[in-house]
Amino acid sequence: MKKRLAALPLALMAAGAISTSAQAASTLVYCSEGSPEGFNPSFYTAGTTFDASSKNMFNRLVEFKLGTTETEPGLAESYDVSEDGLEYTFHLRKGVKFHSAKDFKPSRDFNADDVIFTFARQWDKNHPYHSVSGGSYEYFNGMGMPDLIKDIVKVDDYTVKFVLNKPEAPFVANLAMDFASIFSAEQADYLMDKGTPEQLDINPVGTGPFQKVQYQKDSLIRYTAFDDYWKGRAEIDRLVFSITPDASVRYAKLKAGECHVMPYPNPADLEQMEADSDINLMHQEGLNVGYLAFNTQKAPFTDTKVRQALSLATNKNAIIDAVFQGAGKVAKNPIPPTMWSYNDNVKDYSYDPVKAKALLKEAGYEDGFKTNIWAMPVQRPYNPNARRMAEIIQEDWKKVGVDAEIVSYEWGEYLNRSKKGEHDTVLLGWTGDNGDPDNFLYVLLGCDAVGGSNRAQWCDEEFNNLLLAAKKTADKAERTKLYEDAQQVFKREAPWVTVAHSVVYEPIRNEVKGYKIDPLGGHYFYNVSLEK
Amino acid sequence: MFQFIFRRLSLVIPTFIGITLLTFTLIRLIPGDPIEVMAGERGVSAERHAELSAQLGFDQPLYVQYFNYVSGVLQGDLGNSLVTKEPVLSEFLTLFPATIELAFCAAMFAIFIGLPAGIIAAVKRGTLFDHSVMTFSLTGYSMPIFWWALLLMLIFSVNLGWTPVSGRIDVVYWIDDVTGFMLIDSILSGEEGALSSAISHLILPSIVLGTIPMAVIARMTRSSMLEVLSEDYIRTARAKGIAPWRVIIIHALRNALIPVITVIGLQVGILLSGAILTETVFAWPGIGKWLIESIGRRDYPVVQGGILIVASIIIVVNLLVDVAYGIVNPRIRHSR
Repeated sequence: MKKRLAALPLALMAAGAISTSAQAASTLVYCSEGSPEGFNPSFYTAGTTFDASSKNMFNRLVEFKLGTTETEPGLAESYDVSEDGLEYTFHLRKGVKFHSAKDFKPSRDFNADDVIFTFARQWDKNHPYHSVSGGSYEYFNGMGMPDLIKDIVKVDDYTVKFVLNKPEAPFVANLAMDFASIFSAEQADYLMDKGTPEQLDINPVGTGPFQKVQYQKDSLIRYTAFDDYWKGRAEIDRLVFSITPDASVRYAKLKAGECHVMPYPNPADLEQMEADSDINLMHQEGLNVGYLAFNTQKAPFTDTKVRQALSLATNKNAIIDAVFQGAGKVAKNPIPPTMWSYNDNVKDYSYDPVKAKALLKEAGYEDGFKTNIWAMPVQRPYNPNARRMAEIIQEDWKKVGVDAEIVSYEWGEYLNRSKKGEHDTVLLGWTGDNGDPDNFLYVLLGCDAVGGSNRAQWCDEEFNNLLLAAKKTADKAERTKLYEDAQQVFKREAPWVTVAHSVVYEPIRNEVKGYKIDPLGGHYFYNVSLEK
Repeated sequence: MFQFIFRRLSLVIPTFIGITLLTFTLIRLIPGDPIEVMAGERGVSAERHAELSAQLGFDQPLYVQYFNYVSGVLQGDLGNSLVTKEPVLSEFLTLFPATIELAFCAAMFAIFIGLPAGIIAAVKRGTLFDHSVMTFSLTGYSMPIFWWALLLMLIFSVNLGWTPVSGRIDVVYWIDDVTGFMLIDSILSGEEGALSSAISHLILPSIVLGTIPMAVIARMTRSSMLEVLSEDYIRTARAKGIAPWRVIIIHALRNALIPVITVIGLQVGILLSGAILTETVFAWPGIGKWLIESIGRRDYPVVQGGILIVASIIIVVNLLVDVAYGIVNPRIRHSR
C-alpha cells in the first residue's frame, strides 16, 4: 500500500511531462538503433554513424536524389567528363556556408580548398591530417580510390579536376558516398594551429541542413536546423536522435509518441504496426541481394545445365515465407529493383522439380550427386537465418536426387574460405554502397573478383566485356543498356540462385510528413515536417 | 587490526591479476577480430588487414600485448577505444554517473521496500501477508530482467502512459552535462519541469534493477528477524510489558540487521551486473550498455578496461565490508 501511494504522484507528474513534450512540435525525434562511432564519416562503414554525421550534417560534390539510387548535383553544380573518360572537372557551387562550432566561426564560403583538403587527407599518406585520430579510411580504400585517382587539381577557387588512372564511370557515384563528405579546410587549419587537430573529427562543421549542438554519449544527439543552408532552412527546428538499441523499446517509444521515426522494427511487430492507426508503416525493397553461389570452377557446377537445374529445383517462395516471414521478396536479378538499370524483362527459373530432373539427366547426373551448402553463421538483412534457408534448399534438392550436406564456419573463416573457393555452393549476400549497378555486378561477378568477392569464381567473357564497356562510358542511357544485357547473360548462365531482396520497413508516426525511405539505407530529415 | 587489513589487501593483488588475465584472454577467444567486424562482408584484403593489425599492435605475440596492457594499467592508462579512439577511462567517467544514479535509486527502492516487507513477514509469520511476501520475493528473485522490464514498460508506459518508455529525460529539455547526474543537472539547469521529467524516467528502471536485490533483502530480513525474535531476551522484553513495536524495532531489528547489511553490501555486484541488461532495455547511457556494445564491436581495450574498473569497484566494496565487519565484530578479526 505504501508503495502504491508513493508511486502515484510521481506517475501523475510523468504524465504531465509527456503532454508538454507533445506541444513542442518542431522537434523531430528519431529513435536511432545505436551510438555513432564518431562524427567523421570517412573513418567508418556503419550506417548508424552515417545517419548521425554525413546524411544530415554534411554535403558531397554529388548527392543521391532522395528516394532513388540516382545522383544529382550537390556542392558541385555540374561536372564535365573528358573524351577519354579520365578527367572529371567539377564546377563548384558559390555562396555555400559552413556551420559554426563553439570556438570556430568560418570566415569564408565553401570553395575548392575544402574539396582538396577532404580528398587529400584520405589519399595522400604525407598529408598532415592523414594519421590524425588514427585515421583509417576504410571506404576510400575499399572502393579502390587510391589506385583510381592519379591527381586532384585545383583549377581555380571554384573548379576542381580529378584525374584518373583508368576510365571508371561509377567514380561519380563514389563521390556521392559518405566518405566523400566535404569538410572545412579552414577549420582544419585553425585546429592544427591550435594544436588540437583531433577535434576536427569530434566537432566538425559541415554544410548540411542540420548542425550538431550536443552529443551525450550513448544517449542523445541534438541538432538544430542550419539557418543558412544553401537549399533553404529545414522545416523542423530541432532534430534529436534518441539512441535506443532494442527494437521492442523503439516500438514502445513510437507508440507512446516519444519518437516520430524508428528504423529496423522486429519482423514480429509488423502486423501490429500495420493495424495501428497512429503509425504509417512504410516499406521498400532494400538495396541488397541474398544469393546462393555455385562454385563454377568445381565439377559438376562447371556445367551450366547443372546450375540451371538446381535453380529450377529451388523453391524460393517457400524460403521467403519461412526465412523472411514476409520481410523479403523473391530476387530474379543480382541487383535489386530499386536500382537503376534493373531489367524487369528477365525471366526467372520458376520452381519446377520435374524440369530440373530432366535437365540433370541431360547433363549426365540422372542419379544425382553429393555436394555441400555453406550456411553463414550470422544474421544479415539479406539473409536473416542462413541455416534455415540451407535446410529448405537441402530438402528441395533431395527431391531431384542431389544430396547436400550443410557446412558452416565462424564468420571470418567463412568469408576467407569461400573467397578461396573451398565450397561447392555458398550462401551469402551483398548490400550496395553507392547505388551503381557496377557495385553489384562487377564487384560480385567480374573476372577481377575471382578469388575475392566473386564467390561463384565465375568469369564469363561475354558478361565481363559488357561490364567493362559500361565502365568506360559516362553516358547513362548507354550504361543502362549494357547492364540490362548483362543481367540476361547472368540469368542464362546461372552462376547464382538469386534468392531474395529483403524488404526494409520503417514505421513513422502519422504527423510526420515528407519522409522518404532511402534505398541506400540512410535516414535523412531535411525534407521532413511535423503536422500539429 | 592492521595485520588483518594487510592480510585482506594482499589477497586483492592475485585477484586483480586474475581479472586482467581473464578479460584479456576471454575477449580474444570470441571469434572474429575488430578489423573483420569493422569490414563486414565487404571483407578486407590480407595486406590491409596486416597493415591495420600492425597499427593497432595486434601483430605482436599475445604475451607482449598482455604485458603492454598491464604496464599501461599500472601507469593508469587503460588505452583508447578502437572505435571512437577516445581514452577508455574518459569514456568510463562520462558514463559512470548514469549507472551510479540508477544503481543508487534501485538500491533505495530495494531497501525501502524489502526491509519493511521482511520485518512484517517475520512478525506476522504464517499469515497470508507472510506467504505473499515469500512468494513475491521468490518470483522477483527468479524474474528474467529483460522480460520484466518489457512487461512493466508495456503496462505503465505504453498502455497507461504513466511513465516514459526510455531515456533519462524528455527531449524538450536540453540539459548541459555538468555533474553527469541527471537529477542534479536538471536542478542546475533551472528549467521548469526538468527535475520531474528526470525522476519519472528513473522510476521503471529503478524498479526493474531493484527487484532482485529487494527480494534478497526481504528474504534475508525475514529469516534473520525470525531467529532474533525467538531469542530469550525478546521474550523478556515482551514480558516486561514494553510496547510491541518497540520490541521489534529497538530490540530485535538492531540485532537482526547485521547479516542484512552484509547482504546489502553484496548487492553492489548484482546492481552493477544487472545494470547491463536494464540499461540496454531502457536505453540508459551507462557503463552496462557501453560494455555490451563494445563486446559486439570487439573493442578490446574498452571491454578489458571497463570490466577491470567494475571488478575493482566490487573488490573495494567487499574489502570495505570485510574491514567494517572486522571493526564491528572482533571474533571475525581473530578467527581468520
